[in-house]
Amino acid sequence: MGLLRLSFCQPARAKLCVFSRIPLGQKNLRVQGQFMKKINDRQIDEKSFRLVNRRELIKLAPVLALGAFAIPKLQQVLLKKGLGFSDWMGARLFRPGHPATTFGNADLTPPAKFPINGYDVDDPGVDLENWTLTVSGAVQRPGQYKLAQVQALQRVRQNTRHVCVEGWDVIGRFGGAKLSDFLQLIGADPTAKYITVNCADDYYESLDMATALHPQTLLCYEMYEQPLTREHGAPLRLQIPTKIGYKQAKYLTDLKVTHVLDKVGYWEDQGYSWFYGM
Amino acid sequence: MSGVVEIIQSKGNEEGDTIVVARAVYEHPFIVRLCHWVNTVALFVMVGSGLQIFRAFPSFGAKIPQKDLLHWPKAFAIGGWLGGALQWHLTFMWIYLGTGFLYLGYQLLSGNYRQVLFTRRDLPGVWPMVKHYFFFGEKPPAREAYNALQKQAYTTAIILGILSVLTGFAVWKPIQFSWLAWMMGGFHYARIWHFAVMWAILFFVLGHLVMVILHGWNNFMSMLTGWKKDPEY
Repeated sequence: MGLLRLSFCQPARAKLCVFSRIPLGQKNLRVQGQFMKKINDRQIDEKSFRLVNRRELIKLAPVLALGAFAIPKLQQVLLKKGLGFSDWMGARLFRPGHPATTFGNADLTPPAKFPINGYDVDDPGVDLENWTLTVSGAVQRPGQYKLAQVQALQRVRQNTRHVCVEGWDVIGRFGGAKLSDFLQLIGADPTAKYITVNCADDYYESLDMATALHPQTLLCYEMYEQPLTREHGAPLRLQIPTKIGYKQAKYLTDLKVTHVLDKVGYWEDQGYSWFYGM
Repeated sequence: MSGVVEIIQSKGNEEGDTIVVARAVYEHPFIVRLCHWVNTVALFVMVGSGLQIFRAFPSFGAKIPQKDLLHWPKAFAIGGWLGGALQWHLTFMWIYLGTGFLYLGYQLLSGNYRQVLFTRRDLPGVWPMVKHYFFFGEKPPAREAYNALQKQAYTTAIILGILSVLTGFAVWKPIQFSWLAWMMGGFHYARIWHFAVMWAILFFVLGHLVMVILHGWNNFMSMLTGWKKDPEY
């Protein structure tokens, strides 16, 4: 084996067995409240050494707490808490005045290569002629809003990145009204915390007020300077460059300003992050 | 904190002589050991869930047309589906980050970083170790816990750990950390870097495990108890 080296020293010559000038700290010598048997600071008897080792090993017991993640019932609770913490952090890191990167026209993904993602159907068959957006909640002027009323607001066109939770990203040219302008039009309560939307395909989403008021957050009615196609959410969709793809709800039918979040979001209810800001 | 002790026989012999049966060195302070094992679990979860996230779009090119880079088997991934994997990833990233900060803070404040930090002084030791490891050269005498190549490996691993966090934040918050994403060539490239750093870390882990097996039980136990019996130096 050769693992144990045997050497013999006379007590009188013990000092010659010194291997290091660095003294062993006194706190290392405490074993269960008692000072171990020691000849001098650099020697320790076998039994005490085993006790020291055992105590040092037991000190690592807190690592076993991670085993809670292996217990199915606790796992769901812990992961939900972890995701919640990430959302809370995401909201803290969000800077209301900080713009998403914008790109030149040369960087645009061609319209034909802009993926169409629906959770259910690509075209829920919206009656574009008679479409209105139903506004409710903490607003001064609730009711039915026509597309022309949204289009009467200042139009913004921006080339921004659209990132899917799956990992792919495209750069598109989006046009529409600032959601913040629309919130002003409907007289939204500025102290309300959330915006929730319903869609023609039964999809639903919600937004924090800080993101809703971000200058690049759009009620989008055109892509690549053309009216929104049915597959991309005609006649009106959310376009939020500071959020992940599944927050960009299409075919909007209802918009509610609220203090309490009663409906969170379709994918959030399946287990995705709610805040997911970029 | 370092200490070198002689382990002596529990009962002295009849003449009252002290019999030294072994030597031991205190190599790994508690915080280092704690961070090592918590990080082992965290890294395992981060890699496993990261690969499940990658499975959702196993490509770095365009979505249309999609060309998959590799088909990673589901059995070697954590979370079951994209949403589940994101829950694991976005939970354990805080544990990973926490142990990272605790480890780096402790190492810097205690001065223990000298044990693992590769510096210019370690340069002369590199070639003899390379000869020993790869060309059957004689083993150079050990003077401290880690030889030049070990220090180089651990220093690289720490840098990779920091890079994994930075690239990760660039992928998670490419707008709030736009400067990070910009440094990496934009969101698209940040995702590639994040993936590449993971493979580099896995390469280190592979080498680390091989060396742990080769160096035997006493060396392994030192990361659990702090004490290494019969060190080579």
